[in-house]
Amino acid sequence: MNKSLVISSLGAAAILSACVTINIYFPAAAAEKAADKIIDEVWQLKDGQTAPAEKSTEPKPADAPAK
Amino acid sequence: MKKLLLSFLLIITMFAANFVYAAAADLEVNTPAIAALKASMQARHGQLGPFYSSGAVGLTKDAFIAIKDATAVPLKDRGGLNSLVSAENADRTNLYKEIATANGHPEWQGDIQNTFAGRWIDKAQAGWFYQGAGGWVKK
Repeated sequence: MNKSLVISSLGAAAILSACVTINIYFPAAAAEKAADKIIDEVWQLKDGQTAPAEKSTEPKPADAPAK
Repeated sequence: MKKLLLSFLLIITMFAANFVYAAAADLEVNTPAIAALKASMQARHGQLGPFYSSGAVGLTKDAFIAIKDATAVPLKDRGGLNSLVSAENADRTNLYKEIATANGHPEWQGDIQNTFAGRWIDKAQAGWFYQGAGGWVKK
């Protein structure tokens, strides 16, 4: 009875400390998401896409699209 | 003995609850300092864009920018280019630092910088240069 309590307590402690171990690490996925958001704003990209491949002429942000 | 185990368990649980809470949330990036840095970098990007395209400036593997080929720029503009690059890198350093401190983990600055290094290059436009393992690469 007492023994099983000790074992289950240790088991629970092991599981919980595993949680701690996992979560004190740097949250890489959240950081990527944050980086993407910031880069999209700084480079003014839409919906997380890469910058348009063709942009050989000088950028003229004031121009309306003429196509 | 039993008491000891229980209190140990309680402490572990409290720690776990803290960390789970911290990890579940997104990184905080909406502070006034970060907003100001973003605005400053966004404004500067209008000037830097042509330099990325011409290969004068490239993206470094440590999440900064560097002059790759100054000869792509007329002599008279090189001084201006130097200050643009320095100002951009200063903003980037502060950005990585601010994100780390805004999230209560100043020690994450290096990890954040590494994350950005990959994302800047991934999102770069075709034709821009970035630092690969063996030197400058044209995307």
